[in-house]
Amino acid sequence: MNPQEEKVKIITEEFVENDEDADVGRQKTSRVQRRKRKKQLPTAGPDEMVSEKSHLGDQQEPGHEDPNADARPLSMPTRRGPRSLPPIPSASRTGFAEFSMRERMREKLQAARSKAESALLQEIPTPRPRRLRSPSEKELETEFGTEPGGKIQTTQQEDDSQSYSRVKFRDSVRKIKSKTPVPPGFPSAEEAYNFFTFNFDPEPEESEEKPKAKNRDGANQEEGEGEEEEAPVPEGIDKTDEEELLDDKDAVDFLLGLDRGAEDIVAVRPADYESVHIRLQKEKELLFIPSRRTVPTYKKLPENVQPRFLEDEGLYIGARLEVPRTNQNIMENRLLMQEPVSAQPLLPSGAPEQLREGRRWFGDDGRILALPNPIKPFPSRPLVLSQEQDIKAELETLYKKAVKYVHRSQHMIGSGDPPGNFQLDIDISGLIFTHHPCFSREHVLAAKLAQLYDQYLARRQRNKAKFLTDKLQALRNAVQMSLNPAKTPKSLDTTRRAINEYKSEIRQTRKLRDIEQEKDRTLLKTIIKVWKEMKSLREFQRFTNTPLKLVLRKEKVDQKADEEAYEAEVQAEISELLEEHREEYEQRMDEYRSAHQQWKAWKKAQRTKKKKKKQGVEEHPDDEMEEPYPGEDPVKPVPPEPTNQAVIEQEVRERAAQSRRRPGEPMLVPELSLAGSVTPNDQCPRVEVLRREDVKRRSVYLKVLFNDKEVSRTNSRPLGADFRVHFGQIFNLQIVNWPESLTLQVYETVGHSGTTLLAEVFLPIPETTVVTGRAPLEEVEFSSNQHVTLDHEGVGSGVPFSFEADGSNQLTLMTSGKVSNSVSWAIGENGIPLIPPLSQQNIGFRSALKRADAISSIGTSGLTDMKKLAKWAAESKLDPNDPNNAPLMQLILVATSGESYVPDFFRLEQLQQEFNFVSDEELNRSKRFRLLRLRSQEVPEFRNYKQIPVYDREIMEKVFQDYEKRLRDRNVIETKDHIDTHRAIVAKYLQQVRESVINRFLIAKHHFLLADLIVEEEVPNISILGLRLFKLAEQKRPLRPRRKGRKKVTAQNLSDGDIKLLVNIIRAYDIPVRKPITSKFQQPPRSSRTFSEKQAASPTTHSPTHSADYPLSQVLVRPFVEVSFQRTICHTTTADGPNPSWNEELELPFRAPNGNYSTTSLQSVKDDVFINIFDEVLYDVLEDDRERASGIHTRIERHWLGCVKIPFSTIYFQAKIDGTFKIDTPPVLLGYSKEQSVVAERGFDPVRSLSEGSYITLFITMEPQLVPGESVREKFDSQEDEKLLQATEKFQAECALKFPNRQCLTTVIDISGKTVFITRYLKPLNPPQELLNAYPNNPQATAELVARYVSLIPFLPDTVSFAGICDLWSTSDQFLDLLAGDEEEHAVLLCNYFLSLGKKAWLMMGNAIPEGPTAYVLTREQSHYLIWNPCSGHFYGQFDTFCPLKSVGCLIGPDNIWFNIQRHDSPLRINFDITKPKLWKSFFSRSLPYPGLSSVQPEELIYQRTDKAAAAELQDRIEKILKEKIMDWRPRHLTRWNRYCTSTLRHFLPLLERSQGEDVEDDHRAELLKQLGDYRFSGFPLHMPYSELKPLIEAVYSTGVHNIDVPNVEFALAVYIHPYPKNVLSVWIYVASLIRNR
Amino acid sequence: MAAAGPSVFLLMVNGQVESAQFPEYDDLYCKYCFVYGQDWAPTAGLEEGISQITCKSQDVRRALVWNFPIDITFKSTNPYGWPQIVLSVYGPDVFGNDVIRGYGVAHVPLSPGSTSVCENICFRHKRTIPMFVPESTSKLQKFTSWFMGRRPEYTDPKVVAQGEGREVTRVRSQGFVTLLFNVVTKDMRKLGYDTGPPDTHGILGPSPPQGLPR
Repeated sequence: MNPQEEKVKIITEEFVENDEDADVGRQKTSRVQRRKRKKQLPTAGPDEMVSEKSHLGDQQEPGHEDPNADARPLSMPTRRGPRSLPPIPSASRTGFAEFSMRERMREKLQAARSKAESALLQEIPTPRPRRLRSPSEKELETEFGTEPGGKIQTTQQEDDSQSYSRVKFRDSVRKIKSKTPVPPGFPSAEEAYNFFTFNFDPEPEESEEKPKAKNRDGANQEEGEGEEEEAPVPEGIDKTDEEELLDDKDAVDFLLGLDRGAEDIVAVRPADYESVHIRLQKEKELLFIPSRRTVPTYKKLPENVQPRFLEDEGLYIGARLEVPRTNQNIMENRLLMQEPVSAQPLLPSGAPEQLREGRRWFGDDGRILALPNPIKPFPSRPLVLSQEQDIKAELETLYKKAVKYVHRSQHMIGSGDPPGNFQLDIDISGLIFTHHPCFSREHVLAAKLAQLYDQYLARRQRNKAKFLTDKLQALRNAVQMSLNPAKTPKSLDTTRRAINEYKSEIRQTRKLRDIEQEKDRTLLKTIIKVWKEMKSLREFQRFTNTPLKLVLRKEKVDQKADEEAYEAEVQAEISELLEEHREEYEQRMDEYRSAHQQWKAWKKAQRTKKKKKKQGVEEHPDDEMEEPYPGEDPVKPVPPEPTNQAVIEQEVRERAAQSRRRPGEPMLVPELSLAGSVTPNDQCPRVEVLRREDVKRRSVYLKVLFNDKEVSRTNSRPLGADFRVHFGQIFNLQIVNWPESLTLQVYETVGHSGTTLLAEVFLPIPETTVVTGRAPLEEVEFSSNQHVTLDHEGVGSGVPFSFEADGSNQLTLMTSGKVSNSVSWAIGENGIPLIPPLSQQNIGFRSALKRADAISSIGTSGLTDMKKLAKWAAESKLDPNDPNNAPLMQLILVATSGESYVPDFFRLEQLQQEFNFVSDEELNRSKRFRLLRLRSQEVPEFRNYKQIPVYDREIMEKVFQDYEKRLRDRNVIETKDHIDTHRAIVAKYLQQVRESVINRFLIAKHHFLLADLIVEEEVPNISILGLRLFKLAEQKRPLRPRRKGRKKVTAQNLSDGDIKLLVNIIRAYDIPVRKPITSKFQQPPRSSRTFSEKQAASPTTHSPTHSADYPLSQVLVRPFVEVSFQRTICHTTTADGPNPSWNEELELPFRAPNGNYSTTSLQSVKDDVFINIFDEVLYDVLEDDRERASGIHTRIERHWLGCVKIPFSTIYFQAKIDGTFKIDTPPVLLGYSKEQSVVAERGFDPVRSLSEGSYITLFITMEPQLVPGESVREKFDSQEDEKLLQATEKFQAECALKFPNRQCLTTVIDISGKTVFITRYLKPLNPPQELLNAYPNNPQATAELVARYVSLIPFLPDTVSFAGICDLWSTSDQFLDLLAGDEEEHAVLLCNYFLSLGKKAWLMMGNAIPEGPTAYVLTREQSHYLIWNPCSGHFYGQFDTFCPLKSVGCLIGPDNIWFNIQRHDSPLRINFDITKPKLWKSFFSRSLPYPGLSSVQPEELIYQRTDKAAAAELQDRIEKILKEKIMDWRPRHLTRWNRYCTSTLRHFLPLLERSQGEDVEDDHRAELLKQLGDYRFSGFPLHMPYSELKPLIEAVYSTGVHNIDVPNVEFALAVYIHPYPKNVLSVWIYVASLIRNR
Repeated sequence: MAAAGPSVFLLMVNGQVESAQFPEYDDLYCKYCFVYGQDWAPTAGLEEGISQITCKSQDVRRALVWNFPIDITFKSTNPYGWPQIVLSVYGPDVFGNDVIRGYGVAHVPLSPGSTSVCENICFRHKRTIPMFVPESTSKLQKFTSWFMGRRPEYTDPKVVAQGEGREVTRVRSQGFVTLLFNVVTKDMRKLGYDTGPPDTHGILGPSPPQGLPR
């Protein structure tokens, strides 16, 4: 067989299935029977073949199924898919059917079919699922098992023959239907197809059509046949028909199965067919597919009702559930359709009722009624912790990625839109001019008419009169009701009151109604009047300009009813009025009555009085006085007139006639239409034509201004003849900011000439609820004040014109119009309105705030201010019913009602309490916390406190003692330590200044520069590069090696013991030598020696004493050096002679305070290095001379010769100290004298030829070298001129560039922390008069005295107190008040004194030993320069090699600064001639002249004389304290005081003061020897400025006088204080030990 | 004081500077030091150390392995200023100058634990520290510093352990260093500091099922 046959087979199977599907078993068996009877099996074969062929043809049609696709969906669900059963063996192949057989079969089938149809339909009332299958679906295998009766079928399937026959039979049925004679033989596929299709008679068997089918119940065959005949289906649609055909097969099957009982009446008939169109039409009738389109609002609402948006009216509407728009639309459509449709047949006329019925589903706003969304965005139910579960598991923390919190008010931004993507849609639909210069008179009238008509419409819309009438009616009814006593259970009183209220309301309402009615009527009248005017005008000018036409429609009224109503109304009114009047009358009557009564009583009284008068005046003489109405007679009251009903009626009727439609008069309804025709141009007069042309030339456009910026403009549109312009443009403004103003500008263009701005229209900013699609078109009026006069018919603008011929009744109209527009917020893609967040807008936009979040609009702080909040709530019209606002409202309610206490303070951190680590009390109580806090505050005492203990109990109370003491002392001035109160105050003040500076410094310390953190090589310049290249060629081992710099160590990673102080003591000069004490009188008193004599005399002093008879005095002196630092003491070996050379290196360990080696800590180290020079003296203590041969018994004594004190800070900052220092020796060293022979003549100085004192050469450094701290980079504010400050910076930069190591000062910081130009400090200031008077004729002596005075002011180094950082410069008066200062203050004061003495003096900034950078004073004597050390009072010549000043950076005068630009900076090698610009670079020069800066110094210094008594007292106290101290220092020995010696010394001290410590030695010694001849005496006077007691004690201690432990030693101590003006005290302490000589 | 309980807690840290990833550099050595607060004091062990120079492995990992041990014990009264380990890696540049290759810092792990895997729980304190070096302030500086072999360095490596003043610097990241820590603490809990994970062994630890045969 060929493939065709295969297909045939398949189709056959399908047919079998169909049968199985459709039929129940019994049908089949019957069918089998029938077949047996009617037809022979083998005959069916060829017939089958044909039909199958036709099917094949169908299948082969391309796109066969597609046209059916449309029609199918309806029936699809009910269809069953085909199934493929195992092929039934080859019944189809058996043979060809005879055609003759077909004829017979046809008749029978037709009959049976009609019958079957009816039977089937009766049997199965429910829609029978159709078994339609398309050929393409054949392969699908579906629900075989679900098929009812499927099992039976399968059993039957086994019976092949049965199936066969059935198939054949069916095929034959189909063949019978064919009308065309079939050619004998095997038909071609096409033929078969055509044949098949032509014979097909469709039968509409749609399940949906069942009702219809039902109607045709028991339908006659004719009908079906008729349909058959109608349906010779054209070729074009037979593809669709194919489907129908298959349907029909089913039907046939039913039919076949059903008519089992009535085989005989089987009628073969073509299936009914209904064309697709018809079917669709029928479907349309029956089916309703709700539209997805939006239902227009008017449909959902009763007629003439505007949608109400309750939300806009301020009522709370909850958030609706989100329903997709389409679903909503479908639902709305369905609701609207549903009820009317179902009820249509019953009540065809009641359609509106039905509509209303459907509308009850809609709210006032035209949307489906919906409950607010009940879903909360957050779960409110707490987590249920089940008991069984392990709590641990419940508490297990889960990591969740942090989610950025988006504030509610910002959700528009957060939703993915970039911020600022907001959109405002401005829809400009059009423009109407209500007046325009080109208006003709008729236009004016037309505009008026239109306006009136609009007004009329508006009034009618509101229909206030009707409303009031209804109200009146209702009120009257209420009155009636309440008047009926049966129905009012309330008390009589309340009813009466209610009635009274009603009545007054009735009156009110009536009045209002009358007014409204009258207005309506006058409006109507005016409209008619204007229309008449217009008509007359049209007639007069014989042309028509406007299409306006007014039609007055008369509405007939039922005359009788109307009259009745009218009359009733009038009557009611009359009765009411009457009642009213009656009440009034009664009231008046009452009044009258009471008045009348009174009057009567009075009369009576009057009468009785008269009687009494007559009867007995003597009896009641006073009665007359008691008369109530003695003076006046009451007027007899007039009774009120009763109201006249007729009058009232008259009035009422008049009023009614005036304001109301007369009864029977038809109701006039004006209707304005544009139906009229406008006279064409050619029929108009010329002026009118001109006008029209002018209008045509005009065009209008609008500019849109957003926030006063033009953002867009409309197209220019010509002005229509009706003065309307249609734009219809929508502008989408993408905005960033909240709009502040929205303006439209109306521009008019006339022809090609320029445009004129007609008017500006201000649009309101839409509320946030107004979004696109919801915004109604609004008309905004505008008007312009332009004056236009036209030479044509146009009336112009701002120009008076008249309608009358005589020009009376003038009218002036301005250009005006209306812009119809709508402004709304756009809606984004996801339905979010593109409205800027509310935070952007001002509070001023109240309306927009309506829906705002309270917090976002007023800020969090506003929440605490209840008044503000309440105000805001009131302003923003917060919806009190919104549950969202409930807490807020309650809060406001509570707050404003004043029931709760609202604090008027603002608490910054309300929750601080909760977040506190511990309570404040505990924090304060706990020592540990306190310690921790103090440390973190960097309080000096605790700054580096280590290992704060864990427990409070481990913290000693004494830890805080120092700190607490300091805190206490801050306020309390303690006078115990400070004997002098003044000094105590000063000390306190200084302390405070120091603290403030330190705090400042601590803050500054936390500012870092790159250089602090990163070491970076500087970019080398050419010279360095060159040097490097040169270095490459350098010898490896040069003959003259250079010292290489040591590596510097940063201080941080050091610990105790790492740092050592290296003191290299090289040699000393001019050590005092011992002096034998043999002769009592060596020299005559030399009180009157001159300077030169001193020099000459001195060599002689010693000569006789050389041969000392001292036992061990082979050497003049045996000095050694002892270095003490931080309680560590080292000493050198003992050398011989007055110029010893030790050359020894001493190593002292350095410990930083608290083990903190940070820069700041090191900077604040206050320790000094003491270098003491002692003379080692051996005393023979052998008592017995006989023992001398066998033993040596000596005692070593050390005699203090002098000391050098170098602060550690100096070493730290200088890194090394190398030089020769003057040893600080006491002015008088008993037992010692200077060996003068060594002293070289230093002839440069005429005054001081002698080397004063001894010198020691030292080299001190630290190992390893520490990096000194940087100075604070803090910019202080200044009152200096900005230019000057810039100049100083420039100057300093230039100087630093040339000589980076030289000190250059231009500005300094004064005590208040301000930058001050340095020259302001220099100004001649008067020294104390006392000093000037001392040596009136000797300027040199005066100068020395002044220097001494200055040096007596205590020295307080800034570098120690202020951590070496910022130098505070105090002015001289401050300095004198404070009585403390460092080099600069001393130098400034000295320089000022010198200036006042008429010297040429400069401040000299430079480096000195050991101070480091310091300030000296340079003076110019006649021919030479003197360098003054202001702190010691000493002065040096320029070429003095022992001058401690080693380099000079700059000189500062009162009016200029000179920077040293010479090659050398040593004072020995430089020229001090500042006039030479090559040597000295001056700050102020010709280019920058000295601006004449005022001085910061006072005009004059005022000196108070120091209280001598106080000084004496202080002197005694010091002496006492020192004596006690010495006794304390000798705890194991008895300390005896030699009173005689003490008094001698006390007398001697003033002498020393007078001579300034010079030249008294010999006299003194002589004196002492005279008095204490038999004592060995060693001691010395100490001299120092007085600042505090402590340094004095230290000084006494350092001499070591108390160390003598000879048993019979005696001590002597004397103190003398010489007061200088201004409380400057010079303290002398003479301390001595005496050993009695045997 | 035994009755009153301890007054300090102890923190013992050992571990190692295991390896580094510096794709561009070779022959590196590393320095470590500890930075700790004022209440801390080392009681035993080395506070600082310099490792050997290591060369890259020849395999694809290109790892620089030091395996340089750390062993230190601190005592403290206050967790404030918990020790941090500061690492600085150096190596030669093209001219053979030793230059900085990276700074890095990590806190010593707060919770006790070791790298070993004990029964169920694994407290593996393995830290991979990203390293960085300060950048030159200008291109010219960069060139000269490269040329002269004097790259910008921190004045003190401990700077990287402090937050203050870092804003003035600019750094570039390069490389990683892997550290392993084993941490033992003593008395921390007694002093009221609970740093460890819930002590499952002591309190709620699931006892090994007894019925199951091992």
